[in-house]
Amino acid sequence: MNKVLSNKKVLALYITPALFLVLALIYIPIVQTGYYGLMKWNGIGEMDFIGLKNYKVLMKDALFWRSALHSFLLALFSAISLIGYLFISIILAGKIKGADLLRKIYLIPMLLASVAIAQLWMKIYHPSNGMLNTVLMASGIEDPPAWLADANLALYAIIIPIIWQYAGFYILIYYAALKNIPESLVEAARIDGASPWQIALKIKLPLIMNVIKVTIVLAVVGSLKYFDLIYVMTGGGPNGASEVMASYMYQKAFKGFDFGYASAIGFFLLVICLVVTYIIRRFTAANEDIY
Amino acid sequence: MPKKAHSFLLIAVMILAAALAGCSGNTDTASGENGSKKTIKFMHLWPAGSSKQQNQIVTDIIEQYEAEHEDVKIEVEVLENEQYKNKIKVLSSSNELPDVGFTWAAGYMTPFVKGSLFAELDDVLNDGLKESFVSGTTEAYALDGKSYGLPLELNIAPIYYNKEIFEKYNLDVPQTYSEFENAVKTLTDNGVAPIALGNKDRWTGSLWYMYLADRIGGAEVLNKAIDRSGSFEDPALVSAAEEIQNLVKENAFNKGYNGLSNDEGKAEFLNGNAAMYLMGTWELPNFTTNEEIPQDFRDSVGFFKFPTVDGGKGNIDSWVGGPGVGLFVAENSKVKDESKEFVKFFVEKWGEQSVEKAGVIPATKVDTGKVDLPDLYIDVLNELNKASSLTLFADVQMSASVAETHLNLIQSLFGNEVKPADYAKQHEEALKAEEGN
Repeated sequence: MNKVLSNKKVLALYITPALFLVLALIYIPIVQTGYYGLMKWNGIGEMDFIGLKNYKVLMKDALFWRSALHSFLLALFSAISLIGYLFISIILAGKIKGADLLRKIYLIPMLLASVAIAQLWMKIYHPSNGMLNTVLMASGIEDPPAWLADANLALYAIIIPIIWQYAGFYILIYYAALKNIPESLVEAARIDGASPWQIALKIKLPLIMNVIKVTIVLAVVGSLKYFDLIYVMTGGGPNGASEVMASYMYQKAFKGFDFGYASAIGFFLLVICLVVTYIIRRFTAANEDIY
Repeated sequence: MPKKAHSFLLIAVMILAAALAGCSGNTDTASGENGSKKTIKFMHLWPAGSSKQQNQIVTDIIEQYEAEHEDVKIEVEVLENEQYKNKIKVLSSSNELPDVGFTWAAGYMTPFVKGSLFAELDDVLNDGLKESFVSGTTEAYALDGKSYGLPLELNIAPIYYNKEIFEKYNLDVPQTYSEFENAVKTLTDNGVAPIALGNKDRWTGSLWYMYLADRIGGAEVLNKAIDRSGSFEDPALVSAAEEIQNLVKENAFNKGYNGLSNDEGKAEFLNGNAAMYLMGTWELPNFTTNEEIPQDFRDSVGFFKFPTVDGGKGNIDSWVGGPGVGLFVAENSKVKDESKEFVKFFVEKWGEQSVEKAGVIPATKVDTGKVDLPDLYIDVLNELNKASSLTLFADVQMSASVAETHLNLIQSLFGNEVKPADYAKQHEEALKAEEGN
């Protein structure tokens, strides 16, 4: 095996297909999207080159900035929720009874299809016979909110299932990282008289810091381009109250038939994600770099 | 061992390469002449799962056609509504539309026609087919005097009501809007949701607005605002918006309507929680023949025409509705003549069977004496013959981007987030901006 993999020609042969796939499916479409973003195009007829006009409109598009704000709110809540996941993972990795079962329970939402999760939560949020409002009414609240229909609540009502959806994923990552910490280190600390709290904070956390950084990037960038539950549960409504950048792009392309403008949004979204990733890396790259 | 690993990796690469080749392999053979047989590619949106009867009729028609034309083979692709719309968009951007497919009227169709993707169908219509259509239906598929689609469905929107609930609270079918408001009040006082509505889909709320606009300002006021011979800031259109908010204030709609899909809103009506439901005649099977819905309920459903508003200009026989889907033939089809013949055959056969077998009212005239139908259908078909005018669904009339604005504004209007005057103003601005292009 080593012999084969040290042959440069063979290496090139093996890398080419993957490289070709990545180029064809990711980088070429990105360039194309950038190109379409400079056009006025309804997706059907002729394209008109209009330069940066789409971007100029985009900068002043209040609806877009509103959806961008929602995306960033989602990213913020996702990042905050990581603290909770980390806490749970530390407990799970701490050899408690039934940790294995609990880990599986947390992971199950991740195995469900997004649409199934959306349907499930739509049933929970149903204004008159949903689980949530039934409980609220039974406990004496006469006029519980109509969650997904309320412009002030819809976004938050969707953020909850999104966070719930990914809990298992992050818990699994943290759990695996924590399990990788050599037992001897923990043992040594314990012998020196460290409390479980100190062990977690001063030994385990620093040792998995790199993993934590990666999850922050994953959570934030994943939130910025988030689409599925929003599309199924509210379609961005009522009147844009739960619209995020990706769903706004979809609306413009497939409902408003404005592919040029939607491409500009898509390209801009990519730029935002790159910038945010860079910023997060800058702030977290204190000691040891992994990029 | 190294050799073994080498060949294993090599095989993996070859499999991948083969899979890639498979992706792009068979695009050329699908359309056009295939040996001695000609192949018509046909895409429709009635999967056997969700639209069983329609799917069956389509399959029958295709079989019949292939039996009569041995040199033609029809290749079918079926997608569900939303997926269908998306796929058509993608195909048209690379100019690979199927030879025959489904389209919607007016605003939806316009970009396809302007991009010369749809073939003119006037020769088919003038071949004696035109007379068999209900008047006003083919016009919705015409642009600049030429037709580009053959409508298959015709729908109008009555208000369905639950007779049992109406009887229980001693309510009569309202003839005027003030009677209607009284009925709403009686129902809310008794804790019954008067109207079932799922406004997440937005066009559902648009129906209510369109009727109020029609009854207050007459059949033309909304059409004129959209075709720019009038203004959206017409007082009638503003007061229609005010009436919507009055209904909202009176709790006329079921709770949380702005977050419920049409199907969820409909469920409120179907399980007897709400007394009325304004919807297109495509729902008729659910109130007549659909065995999945309890017989008791189906028997208790009636319909009435949207009541007239005191002092308004509207006629009670004026309907909101219009043709649903229609057939197009692709302009760059290699088998255009055969495709045209096929769509003609399809429309004729469809008209004979659709209402009886699938409960879909065709855009072609139906002889009510000849078909065996539930009473509710006969009543609707008779109303259709009396109709004084037919106003096409607003979001279909408008271009796609204006329609988006309209639908979003409808949701805000129902959610009390926009004032009626601003509602009208924002419509006017969107329509004006479109005109400038």
